[in-house]
Amino acid sequence: MTKKMITNRVAFLDKKIPIYASILGVAGVLIVWEIICSLHIVSPLFLPAPSAIVTTGWNMLLSGEILKNLIPSLYRIGIGYVIGSVVGIVVGLLLGFSKWADAIGTPIVYSIYPIPKIALLPLFVLWLGIGELSKVTIISLGVFFPVVINTYSGVKNVDPILIKAAVTFGSNHLNVIRKVILPGSLPMIFAGLKLAAGTSLLLLVAAEMIAAQSGIGSMVLHYGNLMITTKLMVGVLVLSLLGLAFNRFLQWVENRLLPWK
Amino acid sequence: MRIVIDNVGKKFKKSKKEETTALEDINFIIHEKEFVVLVGPSGCGKSTLLNIVGGLLSPSSGSIYFEDMEDENKDPSVSIVFQEIALLPWRTVYQNVIYGLEEKKMSKREQMEKGDYYIDMVGLSEFKHAYPKQLSGGMKQRVGIGRALAVEPDLLLMDEPFSALDAQTRTLMQEELLTIWNRTQLSTLYVTHNIEEAVYLADRVIVLSRHPGRIKEIISIDLPKMGRGEAKYRAQFDQYAEQIWQLIRQDAVEALKE
Repeated sequence: MTKKMITNRVAFLDKKIPIYASILGVAGVLIVWEIICSLHIVSPLFLPAPSAIVTTGWNMLLSGEILKNLIPSLYRIGIGYVIGSVVGIVVGLLLGFSKWADAIGTPIVYSIYPIPKIALLPLFVLWLGIGELSKVTIISLGVFFPVVINTYSGVKNVDPILIKAAVTFGSNHLNVIRKVILPGSLPMIFAGLKLAAGTSLLLLVAAEMIAAQSGIGSMVLHYGNLMITTKLMVGVLVLSLLGLAFNRFLQWVENRLLPWK
Repeated sequence: MRIVIDNVGKKFKKSKKEETTALEDINFIIHEKEFVVLVGPSGCGKSTLLNIVGGLLSPSSGSIYFEDMEDENKDPSVSIVFQEIALLPWRTVYQNVIYGLEEKKMSKREQMEKGDYYIDMVGLSEFKHAYPKQLSGGMKQRVGIGRALAVEPDLLLMDEPFSALDAQTRTLMQEELLTIWNRTQLSTLYVTHNIEEAVYLADRVIVLSRHPGRIKEIISIDLPKMGRGEAKYRAQFDQYAEQIWQLIRQDAVEALKE
């Protein structure tokens, strides 16, 4: 008599991958890159080696050059991001909650939304001058739209039965917004905030390349013009780390605020 | 005190010209400490009626009012246990239960006392700080009941509260509800489509017909409030259930065809 065993045919669905797998990919790319450069297959003018970028970066950090450019950038993106997201959340809640605001405001939002925001920079420079204000404004505007649109759909997705329950237990309109609609749309708001983080970084660099004496964006452009590719790549590295840190920070705040998820 | 449902009717607009009558000529009174159960086939408008009584829907005609309130200056309070349970997922068990107390602007101390008292009553003391997603269906609805009781309402509305639960949990929850009800003695309006549940819980059963929803009959259940499931009442219990089933049967068959 032969035995025919039944095996789990969907085992591949919950296959466990070791943690080092994700590091493996990044390390592999870096090693190949380093080898290509050390074999002089590509000129360092076009592609500097990772080791050269890191050492140059370290020296630039010690000389204070990175900090000198990083601080104005952080200042611009920080202020622009906070203003854009706060206004975006408030406006999004209003548009989602009040039928009047929805009818009047939503068409306005959706008609401005498709404009690539960087196209408005010359206009803002004209209006607000070449200083910090025009850069902060363009970043706020770029952040505002993804946040407002996500907040709006977050509000629309709050289960009406929760609003009914809150009203049944005595909530007025303000408390319905504060205790039900705001926490209920928070997951969507965070999705918007993460989307906006990328947009804000893009606008920061673009604005600094067009009109700034300091900032990581202007540093990258400056070394590009001088064809000092290694220092250019240091700028790119700083931007990528900035984006990474930004995302991690938002993830951390989200985990703190949404323990019920 | 009593709650009067006075000539209530409800029409829904189907399209621009067409209207459907969901409820018509609904008249009854819920007395103090009375447990009234609405039963009817699906589509008879029982949930619509409950929503109107709860102030979540306006009637097309008629009105609902409280009479002979002990404190004439106080607005009557009504709380609802929802079929969908409707707990706020970002609030813990405790925070959900005290929601109504918070909105009444009670002191933190009172909130804590009442919160703990009612969480204990629904048997969830161990899970006070858990979030709804960590609880089973039956436990979630206990929180829903705790939240409704905590405000100590003049009228408690329950909209098929156990319909989402499995049969075993449901039986246990019915028993528990009776025990809790015995302690609080709240005037209650309870909606269900389950006839056994109606006979098990009610002082009076109101049977609704469909298209339009009207009161077909009001039946007083003449059995002791506790222990109706015992063998000695079996015959009477079944008789009531059979009587109600005969009233509903024709409508239920028609409901199936839709």
